Amino acid sequence: MTEPLIALKHLQKRFGKQTVLADVSLTVAGGEILGLIGPSGAGKSTVIKTALGMEVADGGSAAVLNTQMPNRQLLGRIGYMAQDDALYEALSAEENLRFFGRMKGVAKADMATEIAHVAAVVDLTPDLKKAVSGYSGGMKRRLSLAIALLGDPELLILDEPTVGIDPALRRKIWGELHKLRDAGRGILITTHVMDEAELVDDVALLLGGKVMAYGAPSMLEAQYDVQTIEQVFLKAEGVA
Amino acid sequence: MRSIYIARRVISELVRDKRTLAMMFVAPVLIMFLMKLIFTQSATTSVTVATVGVDGQVRSALNDVKHVTVQKRATNHSAQKALKAQKVDAVIHETSANHYTVTYANTDATKTSLVKVGFNAALTANGIKTLKQTTTKLSQTVTQMAATLAKVSPQAAAILKAPQAKPAASTKITNHYQYGDKDTGFFDKIVPILMGFFVFFFVFLISGMALLKERTTGTLDRLLATPVRRGEIVLGYMLSYGILALIQTVIIVLCTVGFMGVEITGTLAAVMVINFLLALVALAFGILMSTLAQSEFQMMQFIPIIVIPQVFFSGIVPLDSLASWVKDISYVLPLTYAGNAMTQIIMYGTKLSGLGLDIGVLLLFLLVLTALNVRGMRRYRKV
Repeated sequence: MTEPLIALKHLQKRFGKQTVLADVSLTVAGGEILGLIGPSGAGKSTVIKTALGMEVADGGSAAVLNTQMPNRQLLGRIGYMAQDDALYEALSAEENLRFFGRMKGVAKADMATEIAHVAAVVDLTPDLKKAVSGYSGGMKRRLSLAIALLGDPELLILDEPTVGIDPALRRKIWGELHKLRDAGRGILITTHVMDEAELVDDVALLLGGKVMAYGAPSMLEAQYDVQTIEQVFLKAEGVA
Repeated sequence: MRSIYIARRVISELVRDKRTLAMMFVAPVLIMFLMKLIFTQSATTSVTVATVGVDGQVRSALNDVKHVTVQKRATNHSAQKALKAQKVDAVIHETSANHYTVTYANTDATKTSLVKVGFNAALTANGIKTLKQTTTKLSQTVTQMAATLAKVSPQAAAILKAPQAKPAASTKITNHYQYGDKDTGFFDKIVPILMGFFVFFFVFLISGMALLKERTTGTLDRLLATPVRRGEIVLGYMLSYGILALIQTVIIVLCTVGFMGVEITGTLAAVMVINFLLALVALAFGILMSTLAQSEFQMMQFIPIIVIPQVFFSGIVPLDSLASWVKDISYVLPLTYAGNAMTQIIMYGTKLSGLGLDIGVLLLFLLVLTALNVRGMRRYRKV
């Protein structure tokens, strides 16, 4: 893949006097998973919000799918999954999927096949008709991911997709993400589960609004002369 | 197009929330029914008055006043005792000729004023009677004088003609009511404003809460992560809550007309148009306020600030006699205009075309608030 799906260059963002992003440059290409790790308050969510056009950077440039963000129309080609489940609990899973599908602009004719497809991916087909209020935490998470997958987006932006998920389900979700990557999709994912950082193609370690380390997990481990990404994280933070 | 889907989603969410739905549709009817009971009751207060040493004619005149019953007491002491024991509502004591001391229980302002008005009426009636008697006597004297005079000089008698006392025709008052009948009371007067108030209150609260929930659960963020326009979200909410307000209006109108006997002079369609407009203003208000609230409890805190003042200043309590700066407050409240328009339609049968000012101001409210809302959503997404 030559054209990067996300190209953030020297992003800067301030909220009042507080500088949240000092200088962030990241690229996500098709067929690649970029993991964004960092402690709470490091600016992970701000990077995501800027990539989605919900926030506008004070400096630098944010290009997504070769278009400067913010851009409303482009959002139909991005799948977004937030930290919270963000579901309409009174509605059934199918109704949730259909509603967000319509908002994303999925054609009416494709809607049924699209819903069936994403439901099969996250293994929710038998529970589609149930109201979301009766779902377990894991089911809600899966439905949330299914909504992000609607419309077969070229780019997925996932904010802590596996938080509060049991290990078996987490493995299943990562399996799906790898499949999507292999199909040529680009994925930007945030996490603070360190062993998950081993599963991505590239890791960006965000600290105090700056990218402290950026590269393939194995490369970073070699660079910091440690065994795991967790140790890289600690070393970069200056704790160990 | 997306607005319709948003509206459909909002409605299907609400339809599954049976309690909220019941609150919207049943609560206004219940409250109005209770108000009808209360205000109708107080309209037919009756009082018992004890009199001490009051002239028999005055007494019977007072007894003739509607809803006033007179008890004669021998001494002031026993009368005052009856007043203390709540057996009578007032004591009228004629201390000397034409000097009355009235003691009111004054626990109920309506009763006190009824005694005052009744006693005045009785005195006036008695006065006229006495005057009439005097006039009759006077004319008799004049006739006698004339007769005596005629014997002395017939010419002078011709000049001095007895003033003919006209036969006192018994006065009869026929009442005509432009709106309602003799039972039309305070309740009928406030019905149009109450109707608007319920629409405003429920749409404001429920829509504000709904959008707040969208924000706190993150669905608003997810919605804004799709190509939907900010205006489409606001419009979708307007559609759904507008429809809800229409249903609510129909239910309130049917119940007030059907069970409570309120008369609607104008057309139902005009009532619906005004309520629909008011619902949209309330919705825009609710959405705007929800952006200032962090929780549902904080949303509830807007009730005394936004909702209650509208009750006081929108015309439920007559403002005519108040200071002008108090009246000025009412000009910035949307319910004032809706209430005025509804009163015009329901009580005077005014057509919509004659309510340009009220409708115009409501539209202005709507326009400004909606623009603020669409603008305000920029906080969550920059395009």
